[in-house]
Amino acid sequence: MSAAGEGDIRSMTYREAMHEALHEALANDDRVFIMGEDVADYGGTYAVTKGLYEEFGRDRVRNTPLSESGFVGAGIGAALGGLRPIVEIMTVNFSLLALDQLVNTAATFLHMSGGQFNVPLVVRMTTGAGRQLAAQHSHSLEGWFAHVPGLKVIAPATAEDARWMLPTALADPNPVIIFEHSGLYNDRGPVDPDTGPVDLDHAAVRRSGSDLTIVASAGMVPKALAAAEQLDKSAISAEVVDLRSLRPLDIPTLAASLERTNRALVLDEGWRTGGLNAEIAATLTDVCFWSLDAPIARLAGAEVPIPYAKHLEIAAIPQVDDIIAAAANLVRPIG
Amino acid sequence: MSKHSNETAQSLGHRLLADMIRIRVFEERCAELYGESKIRGFLHLYIGEEAIASGVMSSLGPTDAVLATYREHGHALLRGISAESIMCEMFGKSTGCSGGRGGSMHLFDETTRFFGGNAIVGGHLPLAVGLGLADQMLGRSDQVTVCFFGEGAVAEGEFHEALNLAALWNVPVLFCCENNRYAMGTSLQSSESQVDLALKAASYAIPAWSVDGMDVMEVHKATTKALTAIRAGGGPMFIEFQTYRFRAHSMFDPDLYREADEIEQWKQRDPIVTFRERLLRDGDVTSDEIDQMWAAARAETEAAVEVADAAPLESVDTLLEFVTLDTAPRENAANGPPIINDDEVWP
Repeated sequence: MSAAGEGDIRSMTYREAMHEALHEALANDDRVFIMGEDVADYGGTYAVTKGLYEEFGRDRVRNTPLSESGFVGAGIGAALGGLRPIVEIMTVNFSLLALDQLVNTAATFLHMSGGQFNVPLVVRMTTGAGRQLAAQHSHSLEGWFAHVPGLKVIAPATAEDARWMLPTALADPNPVIIFEHSGLYNDRGPVDPDTGPVDLDHAAVRRSGSDLTIVASAGMVPKALAAAEQLDKSAISAEVVDLRSLRPLDIPTLAASLERTNRALVLDEGWRTGGLNAEIAATLTDVCFWSLDAPIARLAGAEVPIPYAKHLEIAAIPQVDDIIAAAANLVRPIG
Repeated sequence: MSKHSNETAQSLGHRLLADMIRIRVFEERCAELYGESKIRGFLHLYIGEEAIASGVMSSLGPTDAVLATYREHGHALLRGISAESIMCEMFGKSTGCSGGRGGSMHLFDETTRFFGGNAIVGGHLPLAVGLGLADQMLGRSDQVTVCFFGEGAVAEGEFHEALNLAALWNVPVLFCCENNRYAMGTSLQSSESQVDLALKAASYAIPAWSVDGMDVMEVHKATTKALTAIRAGGGPMFIEFQTYRFRAHSMFDPDLYREADEIEQWKQRDPIVTFRERLLRDGDVTSDEIDQMWAAARAETEAAVEVADAAPLESVDTLLEFVTLDTAPRENAANGPPIINDDEVWP
């Protein structure tokens, strides 16, 4: 059922792209199965797995009870036993119930066993705010997972990456966590059926520019691109780099961009304190210090649990106007 | 199926006694080596509980999977990991079964399907469900996953999640609860509202029963029966083995929470002593044969210590190994990322 090799670039939503990737994975490899809360009859909380159980059956599109630690651990065991599980966790907030399995087991097994037991597990979960789901369904905690050696952490920001990162993640011998920003599912983008599995190791320059580099991931990428369009009108040329992989970080691509632009603004939808963008800013400062025309700037979520009310939620996370203001201030400081 | 399925009762008795003695000798030597600072970190001794590992391990087949806790030297030894490679691991040497990364709490072995040495109490129970699920989905109907844990794990959410999943999916897993009555220093009575552990397991619609874990033959019989039923498609089973550890929780534990009388009473039921007496009484073993068992165990342990002493340390140059496995470079990775026209991506 794979569309690969059929030619024309198609316009797909991020959701459709991820669905097609899952469909292809199930069709191509009998070892692959999906499990998670309401992935079967319900079709997945965000409708990504809709229709898969009808075609592949309940064993391979497997509903689980509300037992995040239990079914993530079962995914680890299944991976150790020779299967290729794709575990869906409803949101990153719920993944905290499975932190023990992800951090104490998935990330450690290869090392503790002296290289004998790797865990080829794929875990998908949504992240991010923007849907008025308040403080227990809206956070961006991917930076926590990016802190952990032994895990790979990726965040597709385009339909193309949503379509083609999964097969690479499934082929990876390590545990790979895929963060899907809930605000992206309805976004549409071109998907090339001939791309095939993409590398997970490189950041992507999504837009070229010369005055500053905006570093973004997941839900921040479309906002950064929109901001860059606006900045053009003020004669500020912004380059936008999409991290794609949060662990490992592709510092060479970021540094190469910074060498061209001499300024960087690093975005993060998560909280500022201890955020992944602090790590990126510090590392780029080390690597590119003599090329910098200004201190590396950071823009991150407000230090508050995500509120329900729309205007408060908007104020809690970086918006296009905030990015424009921060970028403009970096290039042409006010006062 | 067990590779020993045709053996006589007498030779089974010999083997079980010899197995228990191997663990006892090995671990008593470990305690000495801890005193000599050859072994460091945590060291949790199994002394007093040997009948469980001996009775269970002797029932397994070569392709069954085993998951154990941080009190797993005996399980590892009887599963077939050599005394040398276990001792090397505890000495932190590169020739250890986990390359010196795991130590006493994290013994692993791929060839015998020994999945640790897991030291988050209850954390490995969901893994057992997953290993069983893999056997089920891949049609390996003759394989069982055996998961050991202490009674302390019963208080963890992962115990309940794992038993529910196991029953729901009918996976071939044998849950072996080694109830030694204390989770570190916390007694079962003071930490559980319901102390009948088999009843708890049964509430998940899992066949469950309690067995005298100080009687190696009872352990062996119960395990064999359970494994036969599981291999026939009977789904998960749960056995509580009632036992007692004669030593403190770890080498750091002053053992202030147990009465000396209680420890002494349980020592009267030493699984090695009682089984030896029974075999002697029944004429199934001679004193000479028992002496030979102890001598063989001492020789095995001393040889392991000698090897571990002489073994090399892992080079610090390898510090960052075994964090992630390398992946082959992808064809389209070589030329760097494409520059995409954002108009196409974001209409």
